[in-house]
Amino acid sequence: MATLVVSQSPVGGFSFENCKRNAVLEAEATKVGSSLPAARKTGTTICGVVFKDGVILGADTRATEGMIVADKNCSKIHYISPNIYCCGAGTAADTEMTTQIISSNLELHALSTGRLPRVATANRMLKQMLFRYQGYIGAALVLGGVDCNGPHLYSIYPHGSTDKLPYVTMGSGSLAAMAVFEDRYKPDMEEEQAKQLVRDAVAAGIFNDLGSGSNIDLCVITKGGLDYIRPHDEANKKGVRTGDYKYKRGTTGVLSKATLNLEVVEETVLTMDTS
Amino acid sequence: MLRHENATQPDTLVFQKESATHGIIMNTRGLRSQLKDSVPVAGLCPQGAYGVQDSMRSGFSSVKNELLPSHPLELSEKNFQPNQDKMNFSTLRNIQGLHAPLKLQMEYRAARQIQRLPFLQSSNLALDTLRGNDESIGFEDILNDPAQSEMMGEPHMMMEYKLGML
Repeated sequence: MATLVVSQSPVGGFSFENCKRNAVLEAEATKVGSSLPAARKTGTTICGVVFKDGVILGADTRATEGMIVADKNCSKIHYISPNIYCCGAGTAADTEMTTQIISSNLELHALSTGRLPRVATANRMLKQMLFRYQGYIGAALVLGGVDCNGPHLYSIYPHGSTDKLPYVTMGSGSLAAMAVFEDRYKPDMEEEQAKQLVRDAVAAGIFNDLGSGSNIDLCVITKGGLDYIRPHDEANKKGVRTGDYKYKRGTTGVLSKATLNLEVVEETVLTMDTS
Repeated sequence: MLRHENATQPDTLVFQKESATHGIIMNTRGLRSQLKDSVPVAGLCPQGAYGVQDSMRSGFSSVKNELLPSHPLELSEKNFQPNQDKMNFSTLRNIQGLHAPLKLQMEYRAARQIQRLPFLQSSNLALDTLRGNDESIGFEDILNDPAQSEMMGEPHMMMEYKLGML
């Protein structure tokens, strides 16, 4: 066993030790013709809209790994605090870890201040973290919630820029969803109208973008409470087999029957040595 | 002072502009000179056991490998904590005067000396409390936790090194 004689104390956080080795391996792999496995992305449609009493977040539920659907029903709306939720697009691991870290930080912050956390605080924490890593953390987020100042909706890009808007979309299906929003958004909508609008926007992303699919999840956040509807709409049901290739009993006619009686001569038990 | 009182209108404007620009120049100069203390690029030399080139981890040795970081973020992450501290001290110095960062740096030095034996990982509780890191969680708490590192220094050697007997 090789131990370092006098080592510096190791620091926590990201370790870049294997970057050079990985670059060499990738070059070797492309020379042979294969490629390294792709990270699981969420290639997604996520969107949010501010309505009269609060915020509605919507997301599809497909996670892809290259050209394969890795998860047909994944949950893209992550919990940040009881009044703030965040949809995540991009690399699945990045969005999950980032939202979990920010959720923990926000909880500590709320315990320290003694107040319900504000959406602007979560936004600021997220953008500072994402900017620190210069876009290498591939997490595009739609952050929405209701706090003491009313409903707020932010979109946060992987490099750390944020926008505060009444309606936002992110992900590969964002253009399709934004088309629906641009056509039918009105300020101060009712809850049912807004839910239908978000549902239609995510459906547009699901049907027109290969990276999005399966069901539609909704999250309605108001001052009074929170409604996490999963699934709100099963837009893509898995097909049911209409026919069966098994033959039913009695299909084949019986010509003759002959019975052979077998006698049990000896019965032994072989014990297995499981020690 | 006297000039300010007897100044005419255009004079006061010029004086304010001068002092403002001088103030700004002084601050950035101070910050730039502090940034020179960051970890130098040469600190990226790949280290294996016994100081030999570690081919498994860092690939074959070449001049380019030793000069350039293996990842664009490597340098900025290594310097992140020192840079944050410097930024905070600089801001404190501008807002509250020289005494604030001086006193804080004295406390940092004292807290940094509270350690266990050299081969054991210290929790750095006092230092974290001073920096405010005890109320936040980041990747440095989750990934690559030093308390669970697989490499350990040789205890006797490290004690001898620390006591100067080596």
